[in-house]
Amino acid sequence: MKKYLLTLLLILNYNIAQASSSKVEDETKATYALHPKQLKWEFDGIFGRFDKASIQRGYQIYKEVCSSCHGLKLMAYRNLGDIGFKESEIKQIASEYLVSDGPNDEGEMFERSGLPSDKFVGPYANEQMARSANGGAYPPDLSLIIKARHDGANYVYSLLTGYQDAPDGFELANGKNYNPYFEGRQISMPSPIVDDLQIEYKDGTYATKEQLAIDIVNFLQFVAEPETEHRKKMGVRTMIFLAILLVLLIITKRIIWKKVK
Amino acid sequence: MSENSNNQHKKHPTPEEEIEAFHKIQNDIDQSITEKSKILAWVNTRLPIISGLENTLRKHPYPKNLSYWWNFGSLAGICLVIQILSGLFLAMHYVPNTKLAFESVEHIMRDVNYGWLIRYIHAVGASMFFIALYAHIIRGLYYGSYKAPREVLWWIGIIIFLLTMATAFMGYVLPWGQMSFWGATVITNLFSAIPVVGESIVQWLWGGYSVDNPTLNRFFILHFLLPFLIVGVVLLHLGALHNTGSNNPSGVAMKSKKDSIPFHPYFTIKDMVGFVAFFLIFGYFLFFYPNALGHPDNYIPANPLVTPAHIVPEWYFLPFYAILRAIPDKLGGVLMMFGAITLLFFLPYLDRSKIRSGAYRPMFQKFFYLFIFNFIFLGWLGKSPAEGWYVIASRFATLYYYGYFLIILPLLPKFEKTLPLPESIDEHYKQSHSKN
Repeated sequence: MKKYLLTLLLILNYNIAQASSSKVEDETKATYALHPKQLKWEFDGIFGRFDKASIQRGYQIYKEVCSSCHGLKLMAYRNLGDIGFKESEIKQIASEYLVSDGPNDEGEMFERSGLPSDKFVGPYANEQMARSANGGAYPPDLSLIIKARHDGANYVYSLLTGYQDAPDGFELANGKNYNPYFEGRQISMPSPIVDDLQIEYKDGTYATKEQLAIDIVNFLQFVAEPETEHRKKMGVRTMIFLAILLVLLIITKRIIWKKVK
Repeated sequence: MSENSNNQHKKHPTPEEEIEAFHKIQNDIDQSITEKSKILAWVNTRLPIISGLENTLRKHPYPKNLSYWWNFGSLAGICLVIQILSGLFLAMHYVPNTKLAFESVEHIMRDVNYGWLIRYIHAVGASMFFIALYAHIIRGLYYGSYKAPREVLWWIGIIIFLLTMATAFMGYVLPWGQMSFWGATVITNLFSAIPVVGESIVQWLWGGYSVDNPTLNRFFILHFLLPFLIVGVVLLHLGALHNTGSNNPSGVAMKSKKDSIPFHPYFTIKDMVGFVAFFLIFGYFLFFYPNALGHPDNYIPANPLVTPAHIVPEWYFLPFYAILRAIPDKLGGVLMMFGAITLLFFLPYLDRSKIRSGAYRPMFQKFFYLFIFNFIFLGWLGKSPAEGWYVIASRFATLYYYGYFLIILPLLPKFEKTLPLPESIDEHYKQSHSKN
């Protein structure tokens, strides 16, 4: 048993030593993704809540920047009501888009302006069109992006703020951009956040690059898990109820078991 | 072998004697419910369900020294009920079609009233089910619950374990995310390792030439069907349990009424304590970290053209997955993986110790704890990439897994010195009770 453990330790040691030495060697050529920067989010933790003002700003960024390439097909315009948009505002937003519908009584497909019940209209009709417009790359739908990546919120934030010049010696393919938080470090998407004040926020918030990234993450978290706040509130109440019930049951159990000699 | 333990061996009753003695024990009840109510008496003479329940809950003897480790059977039972109920409601909204499955799950999450709650109960519930099952099995392994006269009870348990694994695997395919698709591809492909007929079997399983719509459809049907089969096998498990009675922490057979208490109220209340404590852990994941036990790739719709960097199964399959990958030969790996569970069927004959409970076997305990550690280590290896030292470590860990069952358990009784057993369950209860 001891021998077995010792051998294991030896193998472990050897390999860690090997791995770390090889890491140092070609740092400039490394293609593994960096661990995302760790931020504290309003929606994190047991008492996590949505920052609705930030989510609304995030929606503005999505509309003005992201939506030119990325879809959000699981969201309906009516869902904007959950983050504080009024019904009239939602109708207005939806009506800005053209939705294909039909067939009508004549059997023809037609286009009409969007309704609150419509899903977000995406930038491309299909994957082929998206690829041809983006040099072969396919901008993913962002509806679930926070859930579809490890440590999703921090990952998206790190990716958006992580663009930098490729280190000397790093071979960057044509049309790619260097981002150490992306697996392979070569990403087709150019940095979508280029400057402070790139967006003029409707609520007057000063839009630094970091602020932009935080707001878009808050928005995408809402899109990925619209139930977050409801779920956590329900969770706290349920846990308190169960904890009290557990104490009462333990007391009851002790009383009943006293009879067992 | 010490004289002390030799003496004890002589005192061990045969399985038949043990069961005979057990069947003679009955707890007293003051008054039957059927005597109190004319309606119940009327029902009972026509269908003796009332007296049947009364026998189980009030007359039937349960060892009074059962610890909280004996809660996991009923916990696994409640998990099965939760899975069937939540699954029933999910099935009302889910669409088993490759083009619609992913979005129908998101429809449940977003548009169905409390759909997110139902789906997370089902997804987290699967993990909780396996936590209960593993704890239940570990308890059986430590206290020798598989030994005569409980071999059949143990075998039925392994069948439940296998059926549950098959059900969980197919359930994970249904959301039709990347891990669903690729997990299904990897696991079904295992059957292609069977010589000659392997390829045909795999195509038969798929209903085509790759994992596709027919596969998804049949997995949904089977995922719906199997839990009811599990319910049936669970009833057999309970039937066998009722006949032999529960094992207990001392491993000593029940000899007299003094050793026993009725199920109600003692174990009804104790099970309730267990349920609520378990629900606290369940709720923690369910409400605060519902996706912590899953893989993020499963929120990417299945794409047969893009293989994920690492294909990993759900956590509860990882130890067996590590055994599969430890073997350089495909067929060998498949055989070793299924063998790891098949081995459990032979356990009543592999463990040759006459002492049931591990509590009186100090040497056994050391190997046992190492076995548990080794199993968790295998799980960790299953999650790691199959390269470099991970593979070598997996081979050592696989070796110990097999060695524990095939070498250590059969040979250990020849060398180990066991501790003196208590005279009776009653004595054991008083011993452990006075300590507190």
